[in-house]
Amino acid sequence: MDFGPFLLLALMEGTVTAAVLALTAVGLSLVFGVMRVVNVAHGEFFMLGAVVAWFVTQAIPGPPWIAFLVALVVAPLLVGAVALATDRLVLKRLNYDPEATIVATIGLLYILQQAALTFFGPDARPVPAPFTWRIQLPWFGWSGYKLFVIVAAVAVLLVVWRIMTHSKAGLVMRATQMDRDTARAFGIDTDRVYAGVFALGAGLAAVAAVLVVPISQAHYLMGTDPLLLSFIVVIIGGLGSLRGTVVAALVIGLSDGVISVFFSPTLAKIIATLLVAMVLVFRPQGLFGTRAP
Amino acid sequence: MTRTWALHLGVIAVLLAANWLLPAYHHTNLARIMVMAVFAMGYNIAFGYTGLLSLGHALFFAAGIYATGMGIAVLEIPTGPSLALGLLAGAMMAAAVGLLALRTGGVSFMIVTLMFAQAGYLTLLYFGPLTGGDEGFVIDRAARAIGPIDLSADTPRYLSALALFTVALLLHLALTRTAFGRSMIAMRENEERSRMLGYNPFTVKLAALTLSGAYAGAAGAAFAVMFGYVGASFAGVQYSILPLLYVLLGGAGTVLGPFVGALVMFYLIDLSSLVTTATLFVTGAALLLIVIFAPKGFLGTLRERFLPWLP
Repeated sequence: MDFGPFLLLALMEGTVTAAVLALTAVGLSLVFGVMRVVNVAHGEFFMLGAVVAWFVTQAIPGPPWIAFLVALVVAPLLVGAVALATDRLVLKRLNYDPEATIVATIGLLYILQQAALTFFGPDARPVPAPFTWRIQLPWFGWSGYKLFVIVAAVAVLLVVWRIMTHSKAGLVMRATQMDRDTARAFGIDTDRVYAGVFALGAGLAAVAAVLVVPISQAHYLMGTDPLLLSFIVVIIGGLGSLRGTVVAALVIGLSDGVISVFFSPTLAKIIATLLVAMVLVFRPQGLFGTRAP
Repeated sequence: MTRTWALHLGVIAVLLAANWLLPAYHHTNLARIMVMAVFAMGYNIAFGYTGLLSLGHALFFAAGIYATGMGIAVLEIPTGPSLALGLLAGAMMAAAVGLLALRTGGVSFMIVTLMFAQAGYLTLLYFGPLTGGDEGFVIDRAARAIGPIDLSADTPRYLSALALFTVALLLHLALTRTAFGRSMIAMRENEERSRMLGYNPFTVKLAALTLSGAYAGAAGAAFAVMFGYVGASFAGVQYSILPLLYVLLGGAGTVLGPFVGALVMFYLIDLSSLVTTATLFVTGAALLLIVIFAPKGFLGTLRERFLPWLP
């Protein structure tokens, strides 16, 4: 293949990565923005979504697209419920103290990994794609499902954006983000907002996982990479800024795709992690953010 | 003052006696625990005393392991100087990370240290042919000796682990009594006020982090020689979590806390592995339970309730 088509392939794969990453990172960003909680277990919510998708597709016979649609509904609900329970039983008791919640979510990370290892097993397991349509370009064929992933991710992101900017729930969330005490003084039940945001953030990670699992595979350790990449994206985009997060996901996803194809995936990750450390040190508001964290 | 010294020297005396009393299995375990406790003491200096919650200490530990391991295996330096190289590597790495990371604070500091450690881990993987990557490499048994002392044999290994532990513990204890030790605690308690009183928070924290890195590097160096294995997995995030767990469990900001935490956690996992394979669950549940119910850890709670003199 010539350089041109090769680059095109790298960019297309990068767009898929970026779309999934944007969904996952927006979940993390929402939780950090509104609750000021750094959720280290976010990657495990992602993993849990993929594992639930595998169980659903095993349980439901018939054409794969039915099971896939069921998984797309069941996985975020189930994972959201786990997150809700975590918020009630753990985070609320810690009074959302930033350092204590990090330690607690590290604990949760281990517990969820163990649960997946015990009930799902150590093997990577494939989930069938809902359809097997291929796009034939002059130089190479590309899975039509990947195009669907991009479209679906953009659709979900638009819905989230719409909720945040044009609904009462979004208004309440933004009010809590700006000033928790004043929001409470105006009669907003911030405990419920926190619980809802934590569940929503986890649910977004689960949706991203269900979308990506037919391309990759379900595995109990699959949460580490999305967690690190989401951290990177959220920090570069500016902690708590949704628009910055999406832009950063695009930048990181595309450059990850290109560097991985032409150099090595490990090198791409080294560069990204060092970049994020430098951004935090020298530009703590993020490359695109305007507010200090 | 005297009871403080009596307590700490007593612990060391008990550990010395254990050398002749313990069966072989626990003998090896305890040697390992003492080395890990030195690592955790280093973590305690940064987190427990100075208030720097780092998620990147695996980098300093791995720097010690790799500097010593590569010093012996690749550069063919004698074992003694290689161990010193390990300590130095840990300190240097911590100083380098600190120069950048200490410009941030709180949550950003955690993420920056985590990212540096992750970059270090990935770098070890990237240079796999040289570092052995995840599989690592084994140090030649003949090279694991200082002069006539064979550190791969049980008793010399235990006694040298104890020697390292003793030096580390007494230094740690002495540190809490010095003016510098008190200025570290001032950073934890109220950075703004100590700045106003004329301390430079950046230099105090950098010195504390460097010392912490030296402890981690020394522990890594000892680990490499005593157990003869060098691998990238020691730079993984779980080796940053372990000292945090030990310190939290034993009691952050107590001199003996890291050892108590390492001892309890090691045997908790060891005993639970008899009944279940779910060891990750034990670690996770321990973290959750401590942070919810006993944020001060064993010795921290003990100090609060009964022993206010405990350092």
